[in-house]
Amino acid sequence: MTDPKMTRFINRLLWSVVTLLGTAALTFFLLNAVPGDVARVIAGSKASPEVINEIRARYHLNDPWWTRFALYLGQIARGDLGHSYVTDQPVSEAILTRLPTTVALSSLAGVMWMVVAVPLGVLTARFRGSGFDRSILVVATVSLSLPSFWLARMLQYWLAYKLGWFPVATFKSFAHLLLPAASLAILFVGYYARLIHTNMVEVLDSPYIRAARAKGASETRVLFKHALRNALIPVVTILGMDVAAMLGGVLFVENVFALPGIGTLALQSVFNLDPPMIMGTVLFSSVMVVGANWLVDLTYRWIDPRIKGGH
Amino acid sequence: MPLLEIRNLQIDFGRPPHALRAVDGVSLSLEAGKTLGLVGESGSGKSVTALSIARLLPSPPAFYTGGEILLEGRDVLKMSAADLQSIRGALVSYVFQEPGASLNPVFRIGNQIKEALKLHRTGAATDAEVVRLLKLVGIPAPEARVKSYPHELSGGLQQRAMIAMALAPHPELLVADEPTTALDVTIQAQIIELLGQLQQQLGMAILLISHNLGIVGDLADHVAVMYAGQIVETAPARELLKRPLHPYTQALMNSVPSLDADAHRLTAIPGAVPRLGAFPPGCRFHPRCPRAQPACSETPPALLESEPGRWVRCPLWNAPALKA
Repeated sequence: MTDPKMTRFINRLLWSVVTLLGTAALTFFLLNAVPGDVARVIAGSKASPEVINEIRARYHLNDPWWTRFALYLGQIARGDLGHSYVTDQPVSEAILTRLPTTVALSSLAGVMWMVVAVPLGVLTARFRGSGFDRSILVVATVSLSLPSFWLARMLQYWLAYKLGWFPVATFKSFAHLLLPAASLAILFVGYYARLIHTNMVEVLDSPYIRAARAKGASETRVLFKHALRNALIPVVTILGMDVAAMLGGVLFVENVFALPGIGTLALQSVFNLDPPMIMGTVLFSSVMVVGANWLVDLTYRWIDPRIKGGH
Repeated sequence: MPLLEIRNLQIDFGRPPHALRAVDGVSLSLEAGKTLGLVGESGSGKSVTALSIARLLPSPPAFYTGGEILLEGRDVLKMSAADLQSIRGALVSYVFQEPGASLNPVFRIGNQIKEALKLHRTGAATDAEVVRLLKLVGIPAPEARVKSYPHELSGGLQQRAMIAMALAPHPELLVADEPTTALDVTIQAQIIELLGQLQQQLGMAILLISHNLGIVGDLADHVAVMYAGQIVETAPARELLKRPLHPYTQALMNSVPSLDADAHRLTAIPGAVPRLGAFPPGCRFHPRCPRAQPACSETPPALLESEPGRWVRCPLWNAPALKA
């Protein structure tokens, strides 16, 4: 245990487990507190009291919630997320079949975000105070004040339904992803373009930027190599915190565009009052958030060599 | 033809009617292989002049409103962006005041030096050449230092690395803008000595900017003293140190602490450098000048040639001193 890297890794792992356990416990408790009889949902509204009692016994619904939580944890420890109460499909299977859609959607949104936000942030900083900078500021401020469900619906209504430029909904081709990914990206582009702008403005005043120019580096090289990497350091931190927000956006956007992803699955399972599926999607999202934050920390260390692990 | 010739340079910050003149009619000349010291307090315009040689001042707020900066006979002020890029680093290189802030914190020392090579001496952009340069500037264990990040080096080593980076493309002119100000006194002497050695080995010209006449005197062949945007005295270094003519130069000399003199207290020049745009009428130094006379506040003095090769901006240079 003298290796600080190993200690840090184990520390991190323990905290991740604690985070996930906490999320699981909280969700389980909330599910328990929600009004509605799960047994009746499973059996259907016309089922006899005997059937309902039988279902209650089979799913341990009469036990206190912590007993059931312990049972659930034991089940997860064996790698089993359980079966849907409504469709009887294994939860892990449901998640895995819907994962590619969500991954495709968020990756495309990520690419769009990067391709737009980074150059906008850099160039508005380079030409700060110009008409270009000011108009981008206005657009960015408007875009970051839009709620995701409203924006997604407006884009769908005008660009897809009215103008017919894009498919309206469902996921049959790459083109079907463009509008959903754009509505997801727009929410983050404005904010990050401003964030990168602010950091770039600060960095561009640094003596090392003057030194890079004095060396004979081209303006492109100065901006995108010497300045951008320094300006991204604070951005990466914020990015880690925004992964969860992004997943929230995915939930709405997938539902608006009827994309068969994790977001629609999660919302459906809430409407169905399907506890194993709700637990499964929530836990899966938590793993994603924890994993993304881990990745952000690694990136942070890579991008800023002055940060060496804590003690 | 001198390597560098600045003629009647004028630099304003801002546009009229709000323009503030930071450099007012400065002329300098530097032969290849020689060292020119540019001396003055903070705010005298010496760094602005130095940065203008490779047109490094951001514009706006800085505007070149007059004069010429001839590098090997070509006017820098008329160069295109591409031409500027090709002379920066290759013909004129810079070493700045704060080495810690002038090296990019996220790149390894070796990579930053190699970048300078890639930009101007593509064929020599090798690890071996980087190690040779680090060795040249006296960095111990250069093979290991190639992989260091700037924050892992001490201030003195950072400045040596800066010098290695500046010299990598074999510039004809090295502009050292207060290269030792941010360093410990013992390190200061080492860096100045290193610059002298490197000049003998490599033969480049040096423009050394400092507020410390003592440091400049060690290295420079010729010295120009600046005050409030103007040159107030210029002379061969030896002459100037032996017999400063301008009252400001004399005051500067007195404020350099010396080991030989049995000084009980440090002498400071009373008052402060006037703020940009708030220069007094007449001689800009007269409010702080011990020899000021009523006429000094009325007529701006011209640069007078006191003897061949010596110029001084004070009509009283030849008048007998009032009091020691």
